[in-house]
Amino acid sequence: MSSSTSKALDPSSVELWDHSHHHHDVISTRTFGFWLYMLSDAMIFAVLFAAWEVLSYSHSFAAGPTPASFVEPGYVFLQTLALFTSVLAYGFTMVALKNGNKAGVISGLWGALILGVAFLALDINDVVHLVGMGITPDLSGGLSAFFILTQTHALHILFGLLWMLVMLVQVSRFGFSADVVGRLLSLRLFWHFQAVVWVFVFVFVYLRGMLI
Amino acid sequence: MLVDLQGPWSPLLGRLALSQIPYENPILAPLFVVVAIMGIAIIAALSYYGKWGYLWREWLTTVDHKKIGIMYIIIGLVMLFRGFMDGLMIRTQQAMAVGPDAAGYMGALHGYLTPYHFGQIYSAHGVIMILLAATPLLVGIMNVIVPIQVGARDMAYPYLNAVGLWITAAAAVLVMASLFVGDFSHNGWFGIAPIFELPYSPGVGVDYWMWVMQLAALGSTLGSINILATIVKMRAPGMTWLRLPIFTWASLATNIIALTSFPALTVALALIGFDRYLGTHFFTAGLGGNLMLYTDLFWLWGHPEVYFVILPAFGMLSEIIPTFSEKPLFGYVTMVLATFGIAGVSWAVWLHHFFTMGAGPDVISFFSVATMLVGIPTGVKVFNWAFTMYRGRLRFETPMLWSIGSLFLLLVGGLTGMMLAFPAINYMVHNSVFVIAHFHSMLLMIVYAIFGAVTYWWPKIFGFKLNEAWGKAVFWLFTAGTVGVFVPMYTLGFMGMTRRLDYVFNTQWQLLLDVQMLGIAFYSLSVLAFLGLLYVSIRDRAKSRVSHDAWGTTHSVEWMTPSPVPFYNFAVVPHINARDEWSWRKEHGFTDLRPDHYEDIHMPKNTGIPLILGVLTFLLGFGLTWRIWWLCALSLALIIAVVIIRSFDADTGYIIPADEVERMERAHHDRAQAAVELPQAGVPGGVTAYGQGNKPAAKGEVGAPGSGISSPEGSRA
Ligand code: HEM
Ligand SMILES: [Cu+2]
Repeated sequence: MSSSTSKALDPSSVELWDHSHHHHDVISTRTFGFWLYMLSDAMIFAVLFAAWEVLSYSHSFAAGPTPASFVEPGYVFLQTLALFTSVLAYGFTMVALKNGNKAGVISGLWGALILGVAFLALDINDVVHLVGMGITPDLSGGLSAFFILTQTHALHILFGLLWMLVMLVQVSRFGFSADVVGRLLSLRLFWHFQAVVWVFVFVFVYLRGMLI
Repeated sequence: MLVDLQGPWSPLLGRLALSQIPYENPILAPLFVVVAIMGIAIIAALSYYGKWGYLWREWLTTVDHKKIGIMYIIIGLVMLFRGFMDGLMIRTQQAMAVGPDAAGYMGALHGYLTPYHFGQIYSAHGVIMILLAATPLLVGIMNVIVPIQVGARDMAYPYLNAVGLWITAAAAVLVMASLFVGDFSHNGWFGIAPIFELPYSPGVGVDYWMWVMQLAALGSTLGSINILATIVKMRAPGMTWLRLPIFTWASLATNIIALTSFPALTVALALIGFDRYLGTHFFTAGLGGNLMLYTDLFWLWGHPEVYFVILPAFGMLSEIIPTFSEKPLFGYVTMVLATFGIAGVSWAVWLHHFFTMGAGPDVISFFSVATMLVGIPTGVKVFNWAFTMYRGRLRFETPMLWSIGSLFLLLVGGLTGMMLAFPAINYMVHNSVFVIAHFHSMLLMIVYAIFGAVTYWWPKIFGFKLNEAWGKAVFWLFTAGTVGVFVPMYTLGFMGMTRRLDYVFNTQWQLLLDVQMLGIAFYSLSVLAFLGLLYVSIRDRAKSRVSHDAWGTTHSVEWMTPSPVPFYNFAVVPHINARDEWSWRKEHGFTDLRPDHYEDIHMPKNTGIPLILGVLTFLLGFGLTWRIWWLCALSLALIIAVVIIRSFDADTGYIIPADEVERMERAHHDRAQAAVELPQAGVPGGVTAYGQGNKPAAKGEVGAPGSGISSPEGSRA
């Protein structure tokens, strides 16, 4: 094979066993796995966006309302502000984590949590409002795609908020153990990713929706 | 907003009612009795021998990747048997229901299965074989082998590994439940829009199908993350990318496919779910729904999935063929490139599953050419295997027989695939049994590789070899079955027989259908022979014990640790110096596998939580299928609660002290030394073709290069 020399090797010159005591890095392994998970989540959104692209022609809305008749960009922009400031707050959490500042981490998490709740409240309010107007996902294929895509994103947000709650408890209880730090890093990835997805939702569903 | 259901529904039981249990069905009711008796017998035996504690401690709560892999393989084999029974029923019906004069039994006009029942059987057959037989078998083998091959003590995430297993088990139980409670889907393993919509399929069958696929997809996605992270992060020091064992490369490529393609299936199925539960219009025939959207999304996963199952099989061949040709693998780098070439192209060919649905010529040409491109890397692989065998010292032991059979099937399946890739041919044979014969050649190629791999790695895991004579009997019976069923099927495809017929109108096809029954008879015998193989091998295990290098001419890292592999895999992690590390060590005489000193080992603790999650997942799937909302809400809430509670458990590992490790290692080595005296030590061929430095030794001599374990004096003499 690669080393097909049949010359005898000096046993003392080769390393056969690993005695270097290197322990594999738990946090980096966990973060790598979480990146992989995010990749699969990205695929989920990619497929949902593809479905939305297919179902966002005007004929996909049958005779029912099209987004142009109900999307309010100003309102959605408020949601954007809430989510982005939440991500900013989470950024402060990370800065505090780097400095080993427990109080900073906790207040940053609270900030991110509250702003995230604001985002979700705005979203739920929007859905209730639409349903109140009789605009429901079962009216047409287009509306189905509209609702499922936006609410899948909202579901991710809900999940992230739950996670933040758990982290609040864990940070105050365990401090910065390897597990807790790993989870905070993964959550950062998750939260930033949801904000990125929101940019796409904002542009391709709401802004473009205004033209349909 | 929830849809209006046809038929009764109650808050407590959802759609479940006594009438949903087919206790009058002449096939299912006796089957249920048999299953119940077997279940009771197993429970009684476990209690009688007091094995519950053992079962719980050693298997149900384990996070050991080898045991998890074995359980995956057991699920896969059980499901393979169930799928085989479905296949047998399909064949029998088609052989019986030929022509208007064919007799009818048990309520059927012709044959013995009503069209609706027949539809359920072929749908279940496909789902089970692809997602619950082939996939768990492959995932199981990857689970067992990959961590050992990269020199790791366990997976990157042992706990997640167990969760993936139990979710897969939940899917298997759910599909079995559909036998006895309610119906299964009748619209094919891939689902046909809009037949799966509620108005056309009002029963629970489609819901079963959807949730079974969904759970299996979830399990596979979790598993793929784990294997990818294990390969990337847990390799032993010195194992650079170009020293990665070839099966591990294949696992890497295949899990990249899984990770990126399974989400497409998840979404496609979820959208059917929204249609069926919330009344949305993704795939409906009216109100803006789009039927082609489903077909595209499904095959967007479906085609990568077929490469997801074939790449590990390629990897297995690439391990087995060199061992039994006593030569290193020919063209390692091209093999790796070909693997990734196939993985890459697999994303750009999905439309070949529906050429006939009327895309324009540009689109069809693109996908046709892309499909044919797959032939290039596949051809590279076939030639690499051929050149590996060329002038090798071939030994036709059972794993090698399976591998060669696999190569033949690959050739047949690949060439017929190429034919199907021509749109002009495809328009003629699409949806005929020619297509069925094509993909069965391919999938059987995988099954052959799996049987080869199981025989090949069996001694590694259990410490003794499977019986050769019985193994060969299984191989030849199985091969007789394959030829008997699929040669006539190709022929019938050319004669225009379409797929999924519950009634065959053309009486001229009777003869070929009967020949297929003969093939099925051989398959049935091979199933019996397989059971015989297990029985005889386990009974005679004392005579066929092996030490770590079970075949004498193996080459990769997994053969450098005792057989059966201790739960910690390696007492001390090896440092990797060459691509075929074990060959390299044999060549240079470093065959003493005892390191100079031992160290503490850190291992993950057992936990029952994955099993609990699996049970809850099953309840969730069952509740969703039957629309028992309280059960869904409860199990979902419990799943979330259990995951959170587990995250508070910081103490998930333990330490095995160095002297304990040393004691266990010594025991392994003593047992292995004892094994060397047995006849198997004199492997034909004797010396490895890798190690010119090794002198051939007399049969049975301790320390012969081919004999596995060797004492330092013996091997350096
Ligand atoms: C050389 C590579 C291959 C080529 C060129 C190829 C080509 C094709 C084509 C064109 C079809 C569509 C036939 C039709 O429905 O009209 C098809 C169907 C199919 N192929 Fe292949 N294929 C290849 C490899 C494989 C492999 C490796 C597998 C599985 C392990 C596989 C499994 C299937 C399955 C399951 C179907 C049919 C699914 C269904 O309709 O139910 N193919 N193949
Ligand atoms: Cu395909």
